[in-house]
Amino acid sequence: MPTLTINGTEVTVDAGKSVLQACEQAGVDVPRFCYHERLSIAGNCRMCLVEMERSPKPIASCAMPAGDGMVIHTDTELVKKSREGVMEFMLLNHPLDCPICDQGGECELQDQSVAFGSGDGRFSENKRAVEDKNMGPLVATTMTRCIHCMRCIRFSDEIAGVEIMGAIGRGDHTEVVTYLDGLLDTELSGNVIDLCPVGALTSKPYAFTARSWELKRHPSIDVMDAVGSNIEVDTRDGAVMRVLPRLHEDINEEWISDKTRFAYDGLKKRRLDRPYVRKAGKFEEATWGEAFAAIKTGLKGAKGNEIAALVGDTADMESMFALKGLMNSLGSQRIEARQDGAALDAKIRASYLMNTGIKGIEDADYLLLIGCNPRSEAVMVNARIRKGTVKNGLKVGRIGAVADLTYTVEDFGDDASLVKAAKGGRHEISKALKAASKPMIIVGQAALAREDGAAILKMAHDLADKYCISEGWNGFNILHTAASRVGALDLGLTTEEGIKGLLKSAKTGDVKAMFLLGADEFDSSTLADTFTVYMGTHGDEGVKHADVILPGVTYTEKAGTYINTEGRVQQAEKASVAPGDAREDWTILRALSDIVGETLPYNTLSELRIALNEAVPETATLDTLPEADWSDFGTDGDIAKTPIVPIGGNFYQTNPIARASDVMAECVSVREGATEEATGTNG
Amino acid sequence: MLQDKDRIFTNLYGFESPGIEGAMARGDWDGTKEILEKGQDWIIGEMKESGLRGRGGAGFPTGLKWSFMPKESDGRPSYLVVNADEGEPGTCKDRDLMRHDPHKLIEGCLIAGFAMRAVAAYIYIRGEFFREAEALERAIDEARAKGFLGKDACGTGYAFDVYVHRGAGAYICGEETALIESLEGKKGQPRLKPPFPANVGVWGCPTTVNNVESIAVAPTILRRGASWFSGLGRPNNFGTKVFSISGHVNNPCNVEEEMGIPLKELIEKHAGGVRGGWDNLLAVIPGGSSVPILPKSICDTVLMDFDSLKEQQSGLGTAAVIVMDKSTDVVKAIARLSQFYTHESCGQCTPCREGTGWMWRVMERLVVGNAEKSEIDTLLDVTKQIEGHTICALGDAAAWPIQGLMRHFRDEVEARIDAYQLKAAQ
Repeated sequence: MPTLTINGTEVTVDAGKSVLQACEQAGVDVPRFCYHERLSIAGNCRMCLVEMERSPKPIASCAMPAGDGMVIHTDTELVKKSREGVMEFMLLNHPLDCPICDQGGECELQDQSVAFGSGDGRFSENKRAVEDKNMGPLVATTMTRCIHCMRCIRFSDEIAGVEIMGAIGRGDHTEVVTYLDGLLDTELSGNVIDLCPVGALTSKPYAFTARSWELKRHPSIDVMDAVGSNIEVDTRDGAVMRVLPRLHEDINEEWISDKTRFAYDGLKKRRLDRPYVRKAGKFEEATWGEAFAAIKTGLKGAKGNEIAALVGDTADMESMFALKGLMNSLGSQRIEARQDGAALDAKIRASYLMNTGIKGIEDADYLLLIGCNPRSEAVMVNARIRKGTVKNGLKVGRIGAVADLTYTVEDFGDDASLVKAAKGGRHEISKALKAASKPMIIVGQAALAREDGAAILKMAHDLADKYCISEGWNGFNILHTAASRVGALDLGLTTEEGIKGLLKSAKTGDVKAMFLLGADEFDSSTLADTFTVYMGTHGDEGVKHADVILPGVTYTEKAGTYINTEGRVQQAEKASVAPGDAREDWTILRALSDIVGETLPYNTLSELRIALNEAVPETATLDTLPEADWSDFGTDGDIAKTPIVPIGGNFYQTNPIARASDVMAECVSVREGATEEATGTNG
Repeated sequence: MLQDKDRIFTNLYGFESPGIEGAMARGDWDGTKEILEKGQDWIIGEMKESGLRGRGGAGFPTGLKWSFMPKESDGRPSYLVVNADEGEPGTCKDRDLMRHDPHKLIEGCLIAGFAMRAVAAYIYIRGEFFREAEALERAIDEARAKGFLGKDACGTGYAFDVYVHRGAGAYICGEETALIESLEGKKGQPRLKPPFPANVGVWGCPTTVNNVESIAVAPTILRRGASWFSGLGRPNNFGTKVFSISGHVNNPCNVEEEMGIPLKELIEKHAGGVRGGWDNLLAVIPGGSSVPILPKSICDTVLMDFDSLKEQQSGLGTAAVIVMDKSTDVVKAIARLSQFYTHESCGQCTPCREGTGWMWRVMERLVVGNAEKSEIDTLLDVTKQIEGHTICALGDAAAWPIQGLMRHFRDEVEARIDAYQLKAAQ
């Protein structure tokens, strides 16, 4: 542990820290552009120069390891001159277009030139101009503004794992480009916008729509996948202008996926903004009263378990809890949340959680993926696995379909019965698991959403039990794709028959009425003859055969509780205003319960949350990684020797909000279109 | 003046065969086995004692550099890398050494590599040196055939081999860490130091990068003894050195001379004197394009070694003497060097990337006088803003010629500005 003297104050830092980190620890601010604590050290901007005694030259503090006895000065004339000099060089070829630059107001170059610049420029030659690059539909470029800090290049190489960005040319002809001017093809591409200290890389969808100082910032939780990424929803006049990541070391660090960041335009499109009632095959606009009356009429003749409900992928705990309350009071237990039909068991909490935790991946030394593609199902988990492979030498094996995950994966085949072989002990997988000190497995929904899903779950349990459970280490993990899923399982929203059985019962008339709480990920044509109430936000699959539509609100428009795939409970704030007559879902259910004569026992959100805490005690503790008790689960059975088929569809369009988003649609088409254009005969 | 008996490079001009038979006749590969058998510590000790300073420009003591290499491997192999990317304008010594006397370098590689416990030497040769690369390859083949290299080098049981790697023509790849990057197949950009190559070098392994001449003189030093070498030259600047004399002289040449020879004597004796006589001399750049220029008044008396030139605020550099007579437009000459450094800046770090282009553009205006006099001080200030603030020394190299120009020829620059303004006013 070296001890340094910084501006006369002694500070002791951990071995391996840089002088810049030591300065931070001592509370001394050192300006920087290229340095970023999550990226490798480039040391190229030279802004962090400080004076070190016994060194003839100022040193780049970001690149200099802190050594015992170093005497550092950051407040001398030499340091001031150095900073002014570097700042002047930075601004030489940087255009003075701050008034029309989207970075204006949150620009590191602006801030640091005010703080550390000399306030005067002496450069009277012509400025350099650089052609802009097309990096796809998400990242807008104004490359003349680039100060060559190379953060974006290091991010795409190191964190995203795609070697797609680079610098070409030399000297002042240096340009940051994508390979052959191609698409910045990673689902983490939006993060380069946050990393860019200047306005060279900005958000294309957000371009010129708002100024940073006009925005209200709301902490929120993402629902695009089951990771529960911490986000900040920035609004102006009640409308979402952009979504940014919020730091959470255990979940998303400071990154988010492109879907999380850019699907927000889907919040304003194809929205259900008033109730509708189907009359003579056609939807007619209705008042809330008319819609409730239609439901009351529709429910007549349906008793107890003849009423069923399906829960969608983005539902919050509050609305699911209210739905459960309403259904139970109507005498029905038929509420199903597993839209994909995964054979998850709601009784044992450890059986449906990512027990290791996302951060726990960094500690693991062997990972077996079973029927799961973390790159498309949970981008932040994939980024963490990649981090493990890079930083900790994590080895990854896979049973399932081959896909590029940005790190080396040993493929064992996609035959589901390999899980059994792995448990056996003689297979290579068994040997790898056995050799590892902290092995983990991640089971994806594709492996469980099969006829033999319960048997695979049991076998995965046995496999984990044999190899992956030790003192203080639970290596059994389920990777969910739906933000609502763990919460729904905690509420026990499962049925014996599963979604397939429910839909079959609807066809046979065993189910006479169906509530859909934002459920859109199934074939709704089976509900053509069933009285169906759709409560949700978008005109998507679920409304196709609905009889009554009740407009709900999206995740940015309500205060909601979500439980991520780790079992971590998090709360989001209300950020934006819902369109038209749309109401928060739990209030709709509360009002409906009044109409059907089974009034739910809470009138405010806090009353509801108290009731929820009683029903599901886990929800009382926010933002902690739970330790679920390990026990037996799954059902013994035969595992078919058939391939595990990937599920989930296109990464960019997995839920109603993303499907309504033009930006997401463009992300899809630019990837599909790429092959056509590559022929050279297109246009 | 150096006597023939003390000459190391006896085939500098290619009058004799560069092949192994010729080389052995001149004394190369003589007693190499015995030298190696004296052990690593003896070799390094002897090199330290000889006082040899690196011949690539910076003048770092060679023996000391070798001693930084780990004595016991932590599992990683060690490497010797020879910097044959001779790109400094005015310098052409390594080229002739490799063309006409390649065995001196190959033998040096073995001895130096053995001394630093390296498993192999990589000679990173400038891409344009096509024939020289061929000469080296031929020499390596000959040495292998004789059993001087390979699994049992010179019969000592030490496994060592030498490989030639051709560069692709970037000046910056002559900077040792950029050279390492390039050798690894990456874009040639200098690395941050620390860690230094002796700790983390090529492919992450301990590496020493030496200039061709530093390595090529080692066998002779060890054969003839450190005291012989340190008996030549001046204190702290021992031995002989190959000087490249170019420009306005009657007989441009490479010549091996004793360190500390007066510049005037060097030019008059070996290069046939300045074109039009010594009094026609305007200035000399004494050590390759990056060192500050010296006016005639200093050239009259200055000695050619590291310390003497440093006293005159210049440097020995690669000992490439660029002579300019009075017909030279000295401002234009320095502006051309500024253009060179602008072109060769790798673009990695800010001061060099932005500053070299700025300096060049101002210099081009100063050539015609299209500037204010205050801009001279601004320009000097910019050179100071670059100098010492960059990752590698290219920033310094770009700054020094301009500082030298303004130190000695400021009157000339100001006169041009006056003339330009007078003409504009008329």
